[in-house]
Amino acid sequence: MPHDTGHDDHPHALLPPDPALRVKALETILTAKGVVDPAAMDAIIDTYETKIGPRNGAAVVARAWADDGFRARLMQDATAVVSELGFFGRQGEHVVAVENTADTHNMVVCTLCSCYPWPLLGIPPAWYKSDAYRARAVREPRKVLADFGVTLPGDKAVRVWDSTAEIRYLVIPERPLGTEGWDVDRLSALVTRDSMIGTGLALSPDAA
Amino acid sequence: MSRVHDMGGRFGDGPVVPEAEDAEHYPEAWQARAMALTVAAGACGKWNIDMSRHARESVRPADYARFTYYEKWLAGLADIAVETGVLSRAELETGTAEDAPAFSPLAADAVPAALAKGAPADRDSNVAARFGPGDMVRTLRPAANRFVDGGHTRLPGYAAGATGRVVRMHGTFVLPDTNAHGLGEAPEPLYAVAFAAGEIWAAPEHPRDEVIVDLWQSYLEPA
Repeated sequence: MPHDTGHDDHPHALLPPDPALRVKALETILTAKGVVDPAAMDAIIDTYETKIGPRNGAAVVARAWADDGFRARLMQDATAVVSELGFFGRQGEHVVAVENTADTHNMVVCTLCSCYPWPLLGIPPAWYKSDAYRARAVREPRKVLADFGVTLPGDKAVRVWDSTAEIRYLVIPERPLGTEGWDVDRLSALVTRDSMIGTGLALSPDAA
Repeated sequence: MSRVHDMGGRFGDGPVVPEAEDAEHYPEAWQARAMALTVAAGACGKWNIDMSRHARESVRPADYARFTYYEKWLAGLADIAVETGVLSRAELETGTAEDAPAFSPLAADAVPAALAKGAPADRDSNVAARFGPGDMVRTLRPAANRFVDGGHTRLPGYAAGATGRVVRMHGTFVLPDTNAHGLGEAPEPLYAVAFAAGEIWAAPEHPRDEVIVDLWQSYLEPA
């Protein structure tokens, strides 16, 4: 592994400076070496554009709102429950659901890199991977929430989960008032990506 | 002891800029290629996720700060491909393969199964759990790899030397500190540990706020 050598002998410095040319050069040589197949790269991009995204997580949250038995099992063993729904996979091999309540608001960050529950939420948004979010979410979550236009009641505690291991956290936002009797499909439209990271709240019925 | 990636708690980064739920994941096409190239190349099996993370965080601090997100991925991928002998420096520089392919790459039709399978990190372990929910623990200080000086660790600097409460035992998991350096998986118990904001920050926002960090047993001692 490279340690501090006092000068930059990192191999990546051999690549062209322009990022688009850099990825092209690396793709070309790795293809020539048989390490990657560009058609597989297309399939990976397509999977996270068209098949895997935050609607998966929203389906889980909506069902947890609508079905107490499901919610209890989800809180007990989320990995097993999301696997049954077909949402197991890369960067979502170990899932823990954390529930927002009248007393506690949960929020997820990865300060050391950008760990995120891909099978449930897809590719993370740019802000989740930004230095500002990684640096500030643990120290001043309420100011970060203000950047998202969210203000919590003063008596509510904030729990920030720093994803330092392979556990991926899914926030179960509070169910909005005025949704009694709604079915799962209707409820899932209220579940935003940000509400499952904890930087937002579920939409109110008026907004949906 | 720290590296540039360990930025939790840092001051001065400015506002977080939210984006629409349906915003483009990749404003520029090369960013999608960089993501997919990294995922596809990982299937060659020559490195693990801890080695990948260590390669990214070992980029010079000046480059780490200057690179956009997927540029960090590209740098890490190029570096680890050379370190593991998958590419030579000359191949990286010239773009010409020096010998015949030694791999059979992940095929497009195998992508759904590979992504669905993932790479679970839980393992059986003979390391007995020392702690359980409710126990008070103290983290090591400084936050550093105890096997390789300057090596990979997942104890953030802001949580070093802090006292917290175990809120969950996750099971036994691969230890990144060894696995990132080819020293074996060394699985051991992994816990979620809650720290009061006032324990780790000089000016906590609220007396009831907590930060919860996933920490391996060898990062902890009884408090």
